Amino acid sequence: MSAHKKIDWFPYMLLVPASLITLIIVAWPLAETIRLSFTDASMSPETQYVGFENYQKMFSRRFPEVIARTFYWMMLSVTFKIVVGIIGAVLLNAAVPGRTLARLLIMPPWIVPIAVGVFIWGWMYNGQFGMISGLGQRLGLLAGPFEFLAYRNSAFMSTIITDVWIGTPLVTIYLLAAMQGVPRDLYEAAWTDGASRMYRFRRITLPLIMPSIATMSLLSAIWTFNSFDIIWILTEGGPRNATTTMIIDTYKTAISRFRYGEGSARAVMIVIFLALFSGFYFLMIQKLSKRGDIK
Amino acid sequence: MIDRYSWWEYVLIYVGLALFLIFALAPFFEAFLVSLRPLDGLFSIPYRFFTDDMSFDAYISMWKSVPLLWRYMLNSFGVAVAVTLFGLMAIVPAAYAFARFEFKGRDALLGVFLAVNMVSGAVLIIPLYKVMQGLGLLNTYFAMIAPGTAFVIPTGIWLLRSYLMKIPRELEEAALVDGAGRVYTLVRVILPVAMPGIMVVAIATFIAAYAQQFLYALTFNSVNELNTLPVGLFQFFGRQNVVWNEMMAASLVGILPVMIVYVFLQKYIVAGLTAGAVKE
Repeated sequence: MSAHKKIDWFPYMLLVPASLITLIIVAWPLAETIRLSFTDASMSPETQYVGFENYQKMFSRRFPEVIARTFYWMMLSVTFKIVVGIIGAVLLNAAVPGRTLARLLIMPPWIVPIAVGVFIWGWMYNGQFGMISGLGQRLGLLAGPFEFLAYRNSAFMSTIITDVWIGTPLVTIYLLAAMQGVPRDLYEAAWTDGASRMYRFRRITLPLIMPSIATMSLLSAIWTFNSFDIIWILTEGGPRNATTTMIIDTYKTAISRFRYGEGSARAVMIVIFLALFSGFYFLMIQKLSKRGDIK
Repeated sequence: MIDRYSWWEYVLIYVGLALFLIFALAPFFEAFLVSLRPLDGLFSIPYRFFTDDMSFDAYISMWKSVPLLWRYMLNSFGVAVAVTLFGLMAIVPAAYAFARFEFKGRDALLGVFLAVNMVSGAVLIIPLYKVMQGLGLLNTYFAMIAPGTAFVIPTGIWLLRSYLMKIPRELEEAALVDGAGRVYTLVRVILPVAMPGIMVVAIATFIAAYAQQFLYALTFNSVNELNTLPVGLFQFFGRQNVVWNEMMAASLVGILPVMIVYVFLQKYIVAGLTAGAVKE
């Protein structure tokens, strides 16, 4: 092979449109966010570099609490989505009449604009008029009207349930597709050997769809971490910060309080967390695949 | 035979499916009920699903209360279509490059694109505002289209790349041997074969673009005529004395277009995911 092998520019040309828009909309704003995080940028026209002051300030002000809450919120939400998604996929994969219709009907929460779905949930959680409080009272579970978004714990869980409602259909359909990719003869061989349905699920389905579960968990975790519309429309981070996740905290600091510098420092933290999180995750998957648990 | 279930398995499956569907559809049912109730009949003790005073009046009066509802729906649809088209123009060539060519920095570049998935518009909102301002795009459709497009590209590349990798190389090699140019080969040989995969990506992109029309329109646009459906409704919603029945009626009518698109194209989503994107 010659040392001066001519570079083939064709694949690079193919990447130009995607790169261009990514540079303008993502790369430059990201670099600018990092720069701003070292300044005291605000509404005033004068801006100075302040070193790590924004980061120091951030950690002295109950920020660790926000981080912990964000992870707790994300873990709960993703766990629900994956568990409900696996169960849903198993049910929709069963060869029973009506499953095509059921597959069609589980998707609307994912199809409709997120904000519109969340408006409706805001009504559902209403204590005076909403369906949940109403039915709860009728069934004797609630003594009187209950405002789900007015108390810290119930607001926290309510935002998670809405997030699960929106995120589960995609998880379900993705895992369903993975299940349908499992070769049928594996099941038939196991069936011939007298393996029960539960055993077949545990020893054939689950191991074979594990890569899809892992991929979906990671994607879902990233989306959930970045989830903004749901919490903002339902509670704006309240009551008393009970639903203030990192992304809500960032938006409140930067947009509502006009502290661009401090807001940017928070945004940088989010990116760092997600990068660490993904890196850790990929390492874990690689390790698992070497051990042979995941093919 | 393997697909035969005992009676209790049938019961289990249908009860499970019913619970799943109730969870997924209850909010729409509730919205529909509210849209039928007169404003002074919203509150009832004990809670009842159906009351005697229900009517479809809100579906008529809402066009007066939200005069721009048509515009919002059209805007949402148009923005989603534009994001899908611009997105595909970036996704298709990029996915082809990653699927078929060996070039320096390929894996690193792919990693960079996938990393875009980790940031969201909400994180970058301050500098994004400056970019839109600098390009003179504030209060134009492009302020909603451009950020939307950038954030659908990574997932699109990922989905389409794995689909393209399954297309046999012989197809292109035959075309190239016949003297066809590489652009010609991409457009006339690969694209037709890859159409099912492209359809899946297009639908997924469209739905994502339709779902995420809140933040950008809320932040970059202040012209009411250009608002997308969620923001248009949000502003109607945020006023004093919310007319709840009209609000719910407008929400349900507003989501009709995307629901219709979904019903007609849904087979591509399940079939496409099954055939191409997931299976290894």
